[in-house]
Formats: sequence, C-alpha cells, structure tokens
Amino acid sequence: MTTVESYAKLADAAAPRGLIGSAPPVATGAEAKRKYRREPGFPVPILIAPATLWLVVFLLLPLVSIFIFSFWKSTGHGMTPAFTIENYRAFFSTDGFFDPAKADFLTPSVFIRTLWLTFRFTITTMAICLILAYPMAYFLSMQVQNFKWQLALFLLVMVPFWTSYLIRAVAWLPMLGRQGLINEFLLGIGAIDEPLSFFLYSEFSYTMALVQLYVVLAVGPIFFSLAKIDRTLLEAARDMGATPFQIFREIIAPLSLPGVAIGMIFIFVAVMGEFATAVVVYGGKASTTGTVILTYYVTGNYPFAAVNAFMLMVAMMMGVVIILRLVDIRKEL
Amino acid sequence: MARSTAESRRKARIKAGFSVYYAIFFIFVYGPMFAMFTLSFQGPHGGVTFPMRGFSFYWWEKLTGPSAVGDLKASLVRSLILAVIVMIITALFSTMLAMAFRKRFRGSGALFYAVMAGLMVPGTLLSLGLATLLRQVGIPPNWWSSGLAVHVVWTLPFGFLVMMAVFNRFDARLEEAARDMGADEWTVFKEITLPLILPGIVAAGLFGFTLSYDEFARTTLLSGAQNTLPLDINASLTQRVQPTLFALGTASTIFSLLMIGLFIVIYTILYRRSH
Repeated sequence: MTTVESYAKLADAAAPRGLIGSAPPVATGAEAKRKYRREPGFPVPILIAPATLWLVVFLLLPLVSIFIFSFWKSTGHGMTPAFTIENYRAFFSTDGFFDPAKADFLTPSVFIRTLWLTFRFTITTMAICLILAYPMAYFLSMQVQNFKWQLALFLLVMVPFWTSYLIRAVAWLPMLGRQGLINEFLLGIGAIDEPLSFFLYSEFSYTMALVQLYVVLAVGPIFFSLAKIDRTLLEAARDMGATPFQIFREIIAPLSLPGVAIGMIFIFVAVMGEFATAVVVYGGKASTTGTVILTYYVTGNYPFAAVNAFMLMVAMMMGVVIILRLVDIRKEL
Repeated sequence: MARSTAESRRKARIKAGFSVYYAIFFIFVYGPMFAMFTLSFQGPHGGVTFPMRGFSFYWWEKLTGPSAVGDLKASLVRSLILAVIVMIITALFSTMLAMAFRKRFRGSGALFYAVMAGLMVPGTLLSLGLATLLRQVGIPPNWWSSGLAVHVVWTLPFGFLVMMAVFNRFDARLEEAARDMGADEWTVFKEITLPLILPGIVAAGLFGFTLSYDEFARTTLLSGAQNTLPLDINASLTQRVQPTLFALGTASTIFSLLMIGLFIVIYTILYRRSH
C-alpha cells in the first residue's frame, strides 16, 4: 500500500464523523454519552491496526513458533510435528550433564557451556561498556555547557551506530594480529620486545571488538537520563555544602540509574544474540550460542536450532528481568 | 576570591581531563575505521595489515570490476530499494502509532511493549523463527518479502520513539482551534498536524533507511536466493580477506555517513520551516 492510499483510507474513515461545528446528532442515553465523550482525532483502531498486525505476524508468531518447533522431531533435513522432549534432553545431556553413563553429574553439556561462555562475554562487555560510557555521557551532559557543542559531540560519538556493524568488525582486522597496529604501536613505544600474538582470534580481541561495537548503545541512554536531571537540585546541594562526590553519589548516580539500566539491557540482548563478530575477530575458534543456532539451522536440524534459540531467549529474559528488578525504568519511559 | 579562582582552576582541570578522555574515546571508536580506510589504498602486492606497500587504487578498481566478491552492484541496488521501502513503512507506521498513543486506549501498554520488543529481540532469534516458520508453511523467503518484514520490526521502535518525542512537545491547542473553526479531521491533519510533525516523520523514516541499509543479523536466513549488500560482505568474509573488502567497507561507510549528513540537512531545513 502506498502512503497516499493509506492516508486516503484514513480520511475515508474520518469523514463520516462530520464537522465538530455541525449540529450534534440526536441521541439518547448511553449512546449520547459515548458520542459526547469521543475524543477528537483519527480513530485509534485504524491507526494501530497495520503496525499491530505486522508485529503479530512477523514478531510474535516467529517467537512462538520457535518454542513450538523446539518440541518437534527432526527428520534429518526437515521436521515433523510431534511432542518430544528429546531435543531438550540432547541440549542438557550432550557430553555429561545428567548423563547416567558418566559418574560426574556436574560436567555441563557443551551447549550449556556455550551459553555460559556467551553470557560471560556479555557480562564482561557490559561492565567495560559501562565504565567507558558513563564518563563519556557525564562529560557530554554535565561538562559541555554550549548546547550546539553538546549536540555535535554527542552525534559524533553516536554516528558509528548508523554504519554497518559488520564493517566495523572487519575494520578490527588491521588493528589486531601480529603485524597489527596495536602491536606496532606497543613495539614503537618500547612496551614490548616482540609482537604479541594474542590480539587476534582470542577472547581479548573478541571482547574489545564487542565493546567498540556496542559501547554507543550505553552512551545514548545514560546521556539522556543525565541531561534530564534538574540542575537546580545540584545547585541546592552545592549551596548546602555537599562535596562533588556527595552530589554524585546522592543525586546524579541514583537519577541516572534508569538510563544505565536501559543501556545495559540494550548491550545485554545485542551481545547475547551476537554471532557475526565471533566469526570475524574470533576466527570461529569458539562458538557462541548465536553461531550454534545458525550451524544447526544450516545443517537442517531445525528443532535443535529452536531449542538453542529458546534457551537463549530464556537466559535473556532472566537477565532483563534481573536488571528491571534492580532498577525501575518505568519513569524513564 | 582566592577560593573561587582555585575552584575555577579545579573545574578547568576536570574539563581538560574529560576532553582528553573524549579524544581517546573518539580514537577507540573511529580508529579501526581509519585504519581500514587507509589500507584500502594498499599497493597491489600489499596485504590486509600495515605496512603499506605503495599507494594505489588497485583494490578499489577490483571492487568496481566484474571479478569482485559477488554481484555487488545488484546487491547494493537491492539493499537501497529495500531501505527505501522500509523508510516509507517506518515513517507511516510510527506516525500512525504515535498519533494513537496521544490518547488512552485499551491495550496501549501491551502494544507499547510489542513495538519495543522489536528492538530487544536479537536478530538471530527473529531470523530463525520466521525462516523455520516460512519453510514449514512452504513460502520461500525473499529479501523484499520476509526480509522487509523483519527490517520493519527492527526499525519501527526507533521511528516510534522519535514520533512519541515529537508529539510530547506538540501543542494540541492548534488542532483544537482548527476544529473549533469547523475543520474536519482530515483537514486538521493536512493543514495543522502534518506540517508541524514533518521533520519528525522525516527523521523516523531516515532512521528506518540507515538501519535497514546496514541490517545483517535479521536478514541472514530471510533474504532468499538473492543477497543484500551486508550479506554479500559477510559472504566475502568466509573467503580469504583481501584489501578489496576494506575498499568495500570504506565505500559503504562513506555512503552511510553521506546519508546521515543529508538527513541532518533535510531535517534542519524542515525544522526551521515549521517553527
């Protein structure tokens, strides 16, 4: 549907309601009350119908189907409807966990270990992003007084968000590696005698790339919540003799928490579902749950891909719920 | 007096410290991109790392030549067409949604979270869910159908938040005045509301454009037989990495930056006109 058509539809829907200035239709009782109380503007159902339908079909339905398919049976190159927990058993028991053949019940399954590894990378990334992003957001919102400068510096930091993250991951290749810029730099200043090899295809490179890719997701929300703080509060505290540290601890930090929470949730869900960066800068040496899901999809074991996806979803929901428990972000929305 | 100069000197020191931090942060965020940019002009015998072995346009020429990574021109065209469609739908949907949210209605909370879920659900999951679903139903995925579907799910929350912010600052009395003077809803919208919110609509659409143009994770399993540009870039990663890839990355980044610049200019012009 083109823009014009749908607007025309809206207009048609609005037309029969008549002009507000015209004589009110004669009506009695409940009907009259409803007519009288009707708010101006286009009717809500028409406004929300297209987007709602879109979201139900292309967002809700796929997520529900992941859950359903995780109980189906794999036929090797497809799947058939069934209700089996075999896929879940495989998820939990492959290589150890609850495996009666092995004495050691505490060896987690390789899939749980992958999920745990993914989670660990995510937490590390979140922590580093917070440490880097908070001072940046603080500087932009509190230290830069001129609004134009504030906006310009903020946009400059945020711009990479609108460029391809795949390419930004690729851009790390010349930085890392034995002949990479980081090694050259360290050799140049004499910090090391020979190039270090752990920069590329390692946990280090992966975490660093993740931080660089996603740190802007934290800067934005923290900046907005800091910028919203009423400056008179800070002045009042200062007048009453509070030290800068006290002001930060008692006023700025608590008021910026919702922004921190939103930023952390963004990074959490983004990194948990991450898969491309792992291939580029980690060389596919280790799997994340994202790469596991894709591998099983490509090999045609759809139910098992669905199980991994569902477990990832559960882990993510738990994480988001924990963050929301810690911080009430409702007033921010 | 003495105290105040000590105070201001302390403040200046703090500011200087933060400025240095900003510079380091800037280098961290942009450094790799500059390295990529420089290396795309690597000599014909140079590799994907420094040092530069000469300066040439060899890899850029290779990029435009027929022997490149895949059919890049075709995938670029597909990405652009898709981005334009996503832009239009995002602008339209987010405007309509934000107009609905000016009033209270039942289920508004659920709808709000549903829109926001598009931002939160990782592309991997969405891609997997819809791809398996389509496979089971027997509909082949295509970049212009299933690809478009998930792109809009991803861009809609951004456009929606922009439009919500626009209507938060909107003076509804202007519309009331027009209604009192006998204008019908459509006239009110066309004559009063639309001109005032146009910069917002443009911003929402442009969000949709750039996000769709660069989207990769959601399209992975859903573009069907024909690739979009990010998918082609990803495919080229599985081959031996050559400076051609850097040329491609640089070209794509410059294009994104130009788009953002253009959008800021358009937005500023529209905003000045409507205020």
